[in-house]
Amino acid sequence: MSSIPMEYYLILSAFMFSVGVAGVLIRRNAIVVFMCIELMLNSANLTLVTFSSYLGNSIGQVFVFFVMTVAAAEAAVGLAIIIAIFRNKKTVNIDEINIFKW
Amino acid sequence: MVIINLIYLTTLLPLAGFLINGLFGRKIKNEKIIGIIGSAAVGISFLIVLGAFIQTLGLPTEERSNTVELFSWLNVGGLHIKFAYLVDQLSLTMSLIVTGVGFLIHVYSIGYMHGDKGFWRFFAYLNLFIFAMMNLVLGDNFVVLFLGWEGVGLCSYLLIGFWYDRKFEKGTTSQAAKKAFVVNRIGDFGFLLGMFLIYMTFDSLNFKEVFSRAASFPIAESTFGLIALFLFIGATGKSAQIPLFVWLPDAMAGPTPVSALIHAATMVTAGVYMVSRASIIFASAPVVMTVVAVTGLLTAIMAASIGLVQNDIKKVLAYSTVSQLGYMFLAAGVGAFSASIFHVMTHAFFKALLFLGAGSVIHGMHDEQNIQKYGGLKKYMPKTYITFFIATLAITGVPGLSGFFSKDEILWSAYANGGFVFWLIGAITAMLTAFYMFRLVSLTFYGKERFDHHHIHPHESPALMTVPLMILAFLSVVGGYVGIPKVFAGEHGNLFEGWLEPIYAPAQAKLATFGSHTHLEEILLMAVSVAAVLSAIYFSLHVYRKNPQIAENVSNKFKGFYNLLLNKYFVDEAYEAAVVQPIQKGSEKFLWKIFDVKIIDGMVNGVASLVESGSGFIRKIQTGVTQSYAVVMMVGIALALLWLILSL
Amino acid sequence: MNIQIILFIVLASVAAVSSVVMITRKNAVISAVFLVLNFFALAGLYLLLNAQFIAVVQIIVYAGAIMVLFLFVLMLLNTETEHKLFVDKRAIKFFSILVSAFVFVQVAYLIFFGHPSRTLTPDEAASVKAGTIQAIGQQLYTNYIIPFEIAGFLLLAATIGALVLAKKKFE
Repeated sequence: MSSIPMEYYLILSAFMFSVGVAGVLIRRNAIVVFMCIELMLNSANLTLVTFSSYLGNSIGQVFVFFVMTVAAAEAAVGLAIIIAIFRNKKTVNIDEINIFKW
Repeated sequence: MVIINLIYLTTLLPLAGFLINGLFGRKIKNEKIIGIIGSAAVGISFLIVLGAFIQTLGLPTEERSNTVELFSWLNVGGLHIKFAYLVDQLSLTMSLIVTGVGFLIHVYSIGYMHGDKGFWRFFAYLNLFIFAMMNLVLGDNFVVLFLGWEGVGLCSYLLIGFWYDRKFEKGTTSQAAKKAFVVNRIGDFGFLLGMFLIYMTFDSLNFKEVFSRAASFPIAESTFGLIALFLFIGATGKSAQIPLFVWLPDAMAGPTPVSALIHAATMVTAGVYMVSRASIIFASAPVVMTVVAVTGLLTAIMAASIGLVQNDIKKVLAYSTVSQLGYMFLAAGVGAFSASIFHVMTHAFFKALLFLGAGSVIHGMHDEQNIQKYGGLKKYMPKTYITFFIATLAITGVPGLSGFFSKDEILWSAYANGGFVFWLIGAITAMLTAFYMFRLVSLTFYGKERFDHHHIHPHESPALMTVPLMILAFLSVVGGYVGIPKVFAGEHGNLFEGWLEPIYAPAQAKLATFGSHTHLEEILLMAVSVAAVLSAIYFSLHVYRKNPQIAENVSNKFKGFYNLLLNKYFVDEAYEAAVVQPIQKGSEKFLWKIFDVKIIDGMVNGVASLVESGSGFIRKIQTGVTQSYAVVMMVGIALALLWLILSL
Repeated sequence: MNIQIILFIVLASVAAVSSVVMITRKNAVISAVFLVLNFFALAGLYLLLNAQFIAVVQIIVYAGAIMVLFLFVLMLLNTETEHKLFVDKRAIKFFSILVSAFVFVQVAYLIFFGHPSRTLTPDEAASVKAGTIQAIGQQLYTNYIIPFEIAGFLLLAATIGALVLAKKKFE
């Protein structure tokens, strides 16, 4: 571990985050968008673990634990919403679920 | 002090009656119960006033003015208005008239309004009127007085338009009601201005404080003049004086008991009461006093002359009321305040009686009001005839009846304080009054029967209506004996004047002292006026009872003058042309078509269309696609990061 | 070049490549599979960072539970495969990628500018100790007991919410 500079981890994390953002912005399948959000959460987790490890402090990892909890809850509710929408609209294409429109 | 402290019940009971009949009257339906509730509320009030009156009589003179405080009403900055009643000689006199005559008219109304679909509404309004009127006369400050002042105006409006679905002359009763209300408002505006000025000048609106300060503070006569003038404008509106008298004849659109109660006996005397209450202010402004006297005099003779030719029984009485109110203002204007209140009282008796008698005739004649279509009713309605005749004698001032005493006192004061011209015009008015009243009696009760026997079967009214007539007739006869002139009864013989004297003492002190006139003069003038009145009566009976064609000849000969009188000097038309039309035209042409439609609507619509087009453009941003929002958010994040980097 | 560096290079490339592949697949199921691969790579990286507990949880919770849930829903709904990525709304999609890239460049610049390893001297022993289940558990049950309970409550609420939402009709 000590032989690897922590910047590498952080850069990897930033890269994964950006890829997640790009995915959220360009994909049209709601479930895939969801998965991209999970990717972004994981990139944040990686940063937390990196700092936790390099500082020798376990609090960062405690936070990763909470993030995972929230992610699990979010996935459960989010997927339920997607199922409910699919039942009404027969699609999960978010271009067609534009119910925010005036 | 017990009964005096209960005085608040005299307003509370009618209010309760109003609420009960107004809220539940439609459910109660039973006319007897509604009538009893309405009448009892006023009757009990009358008994309480009577008790307070008797108690006050038992007190020494200087303790006769009592204040009954109920609660603190308004507290705004330095302005503290208490809801309090002032129980003194003047307010007790007025209260007795209001509740006494009011009670009789309530009882009468049970008979008169029998079968009307708005029976409960009528009694609710009547009780509300009594409530307002009692506040007006009992109020211990200008604000409570104003509460009553506006309240009676409202009730007047409601009751004139009571039969809102009936036609009245050229329009509807609601138009007549509106006219009364608007004209009253003009006067009220003057009264309000007067109140503001009083508060500015005396820093109080409480009667006792204001009047004591008015008597002692060094205040410019012009200030007094302005206050008095504004108050008098208010009085002309409420009491139908020139130039605001036009509403009262139209107020006859209401049911006859209303005409009797509101537009003859009580409400229209509110102006007289107010002037009399603020006597010290008027006395401090001699110029305005003259204005009051001249206005009263002109109103009296003008209304009397119009009354000569009217053919509607209620119209004649309405102009007679205006004329008599003119008398009261003449008295007030020459400083004889107690004489004016005395006339208020006697007038309340005989004018209420006249109206109720007229109501009885109208009732018996199936709502026919044209006196040309009456005639010979004497044998059909003897009770009505006798009481009506007594009232006529009283109003014409035949010696021995109440009208004589009050009218004579006014005429004498006019001569003593105003001058010979005042007396002369007053006496001529008295003659005119005698003439048109006996014309009315002749055309109604004597002569040929000019109505259609097949359709109209005249009949006497039920006892519910005739008993109040008799009581009022009794009062019309004896009511004057409380005020026998000093020339007959000695220095302390005029009980009425002696009773009211403490109220007017400060005002009398300010007024110029009476010139010295001998008793002989007084008796002489009295004899002259009585002779004039009697000759007018004779002439009138001669013309209308014996030789009706004389009247026709005269009216044909002086056609122009006759038309002038018949059309009431064209005052209504003049107001219509000078005030109503310009306002309507201005409202329609400018305020509506230009100001409202173009400017106001233009502004409103302009703002609306601006917003519409603006939002039409802006709403395109809201695609409703979540991802485009996310893109914008990311741009924001990128820019925030950029800012962070650049600020390092 | 020791084993750690080799492992890091391998795992990091797998994570980076799998994430890119994931967002570019037309078929959502394939995307999900690559995301699982990404998670496994991350778990390996956690192990490299001495975070044993988190590595295990990553595999059990994320790769195991959550991704299975995703796959389940994908299979259940059986959505049609998407069009090619840049067929419609090309402009906005290029712009999105541009913005994402811009964000990445900026963050990378900040990381190198901040240069945290210059001031930070890593302590291998402390790092190992921090990653143990004992250390994390101690924190969770002492200082973070209330958030821990709230997290439990959150999961309960999410369970109920998911149930209610996914039910066919409200009765």
